[in-house]
Amino acid sequence: MRQSNIMPGFRPTLGFTIVYLCLIVLIPLSTLIFKSFELSAADFYKIITHDRVLASFRVSFSTAFAAASIASLFGFIIAWSFVRYSFPGKRFFDALIDLPFALPTAVAGIVLATIYQPNGLIGQWLMHSFGIQVAYKPLGIVVALIFISLPFVVRTVEPVLQEFDSSMEEAAASLGATRLQVFVKIIFPNIFPALLTGFALAFARGIGEYGSVIFIAGNLPYVSEIVPLMIVTKLEQYDIPGATAIALTMLVISFIMLLVINLLQLWVRKRSGQL
Amino acid sequence: MSIILSNITKNFGQFAALNNIDLEIPEGELVALLGPSGCGKTTLLRIIAGLEQADSGRVVLNGEDKTEQHVSHRGIGFVFQHYALFRHMTVFDNIAFGLRVKPKQHRPSEADIAKKVHALLNLVQLDWLHDRFPDQLSGGQRQRIALARALAVEPEVLLLDEPFGALDASVRKDLRQWLRNLHHELNVTSIFVTHDQEEAMEVASQVVVLNQGRIEQQGAPSDIYDHPANAFVSRFIGQTNIFAPDDHDAIWLHSSGLPIADKSGKTAHVRPHDIEVQKADDSAAAHAVLKDWQHLGALIRVELVKNAAQGEQATVYAEMPNEQFRRLDLQRGDKVNLRIRNAHWFH
Repeated sequence: MRQSNIMPGFRPTLGFTIVYLCLIVLIPLSTLIFKSFELSAADFYKIITHDRVLASFRVSFSTAFAAASIASLFGFIIAWSFVRYSFPGKRFFDALIDLPFALPTAVAGIVLATIYQPNGLIGQWLMHSFGIQVAYKPLGIVVALIFISLPFVVRTVEPVLQEFDSSMEEAAASLGATRLQVFVKIIFPNIFPALLTGFALAFARGIGEYGSVIFIAGNLPYVSEIVPLMIVTKLEQYDIPGATAIALTMLVISFIMLLVINLLQLWVRKRSGQL
Repeated sequence: MSIILSNITKNFGQFAALNNIDLEIPEGELVALLGPSGCGKTTLLRIIAGLEQADSGRVVLNGEDKTEQHVSHRGIGFVFQHYALFRHMTVFDNIAFGLRVKPKQHRPSEADIAKKVHALLNLVQLDWLHDRFPDQLSGGQRQRIALARALAVEPEVLLLDEPFGALDASVRKDLRQWLRNLHHELNVTSIFVTHDQEEAMEVASQVVVLNQGRIEQQGAPSDIYDHPANAFVSRFIGQTNIFAPDDHDAIWLHSSGLPIADKSGKTAHVRPHDIEVQKADDSAAAHAVLKDWQHLGALIRVELVKNAAQGEQATVYAEMPNEQFRRLDLQRGDKVNLRIRNAHWFH
C-alpha cells in the first residue's frame, strides 16, 4: 500500500520505532519477567505479601494518588491563570513551572526536606500553628510528589484551555447560564480529558519517583517507605530475585491503573462525541 | 420587542469602534447591520447582547434600560458567527441547554423539555439529527441548530452575527430565504450583521448602513437603494458609475442628457441600469465604445470605454435586459451613444 506523500520515509521511521521500542522498553522489561521466573510461585507470593512490602505498596500508591489529585487541582488553576489572564512577570512564572523537569530530583528532595522539617522554614510554622509535621511522614512524600508532578498537569491542560473556543462560554451565558453553570457544564467537560491525561502522567511519575522522596520521607519501615526504596534495599543485599518480584508486581499494578485511566478517558471522549 | 440605542460609544484603545450611535428598531422588524469589515457592526451587536460593554450610552430593550444587565438576563438569543455549538453535547442537549439551566422554579420538566426541543428541531427541519454531535454536522445544519438553540429560551430579540458568512453559496441562498420565512412565522425582532449588501437587501425589512463607527443611513432596502443618503452608501449598495464633472466630463455628461447646472464640486453617481445604450449613427461624435459584456442571468452588463476625445478614458458600466441587448445587435468595438436617465449628486 504505497501512497504518494509529500514526505517520504514510512518504512525507515517505522523500522526505527520498532527497533527503538524493543531495545529500550521491551527487552529490559521482558528480562525483568524472565528474571522473576527464577523464583517459585510460592516464594514470589511470599516476597510480595511480606508485611513491610505490602506497607510500602500502600504508601507508594496512596501518596502518588493523593499527590496527583492535588497536583491536578493546582495545575488546573495555574494553567487557567496563565491562559486567561495577563499579569506582570507571567513569562517568569511560566518558566518556573518547568523547573522541576530540569532540577535533579535529589536536590529538590533535600531542599524540601530542609524547609519542611519540624525546625525548618515552613515546617516550624506548620508545627507551631497546626501541629502538623510534614517531613519524615507520608505527608512529606505527598509534598515532594506534588512538586515533581505539577508541570505534567500544567503542560497538558494549558494547550487545551488555550484552544477552548470561548464563544461557547458566551453562548451558554446568552442562554441564561450562571457563571458556575458555564464552568461546570461547558468548560470543565471540555477540559476534563486533558486533565485526566495530566493526572495519569502525574500519577505514573509519582509511583516511580525516588530521588526527591527518599530525602523527605524519613523512610520509616511500615510508615514512609516507598516501593522503589524497597527494591533498592533488596538490591543492596544482593537479593536480586526479591527485587525483581517487587518490581514486576509494581509494573503490573501500574500498568492496570494506567489502563483503567485510559479506558476512563476513552469513555469520557466517546460520551462527549470527541471520537 | 423594540430596541432603542442612544449615544453608544465604544473605543478599543485608540481605535474608535463606535461613535455616538443612535438607533431605534421597532418591534417585529428583521434588521440588517450592513457595513465593510471593521465598521463596528459586530461590536454594536455584541453591545446589544451584553457580551460587550459600551464606554457610554444606553441600551433600552422594550422600554427597559438593560445597559447594566448581564447577558444572561437580557432575554436575547444570540447566534454566533461560527455557531459556538457545545461540542461535547448532542444536538438535543445543545438545544435543551437553555431550558435546563433555568432556576429550579422556572425549569420545565424533562418531558416538556423533550417536547419543546423536538418541536424546535422540526421547525428547523432537522429532527433526525437529534442524537448527533456538532462535529458530525455540515455547516448549514450547524447554523440551523444554533438558531434552534437560541430560540429555545424564547428570546424577545434574536441577534445573529454574520449568520451566512461561513456557508457555501448555494446553502447560503437557501438559508436566506428560510430565515426570512422563519421571521415571518415567529415575528421576533431580529438583527443580523452582514458585510454582504445583496444579503442585507434580500433578507432584511430594514437596513442600517454603518461605516467607521457611524450610521450612514437607515431605511427599507428599496429606500436605501433608490435614495442613498451619501456617496458612501451609494458606492457600497449596488454598482455605481462615478463621474466627477470637470471640464471634459461636464460636456460628456451634458450630451448624455444629464443636466449639470449648479453641481460644482459634486460627483454624479449613476446606476448601471440608469444608462441607456443606443447604437451611434454619427461615429465621430459617439459617447463610448463597446469593450465587452457579461451575462448576469436576466441582465447583460456592458463594459463601455468613454470616448477619449470627449474626456479622459474610463470604463463605464451599463446594464440592460437580455432581450434589449439582442435587439441592439452590438459587436465589440461598436460605437454607441448613452443616455443617462437618473443620477445622484454627492460631495
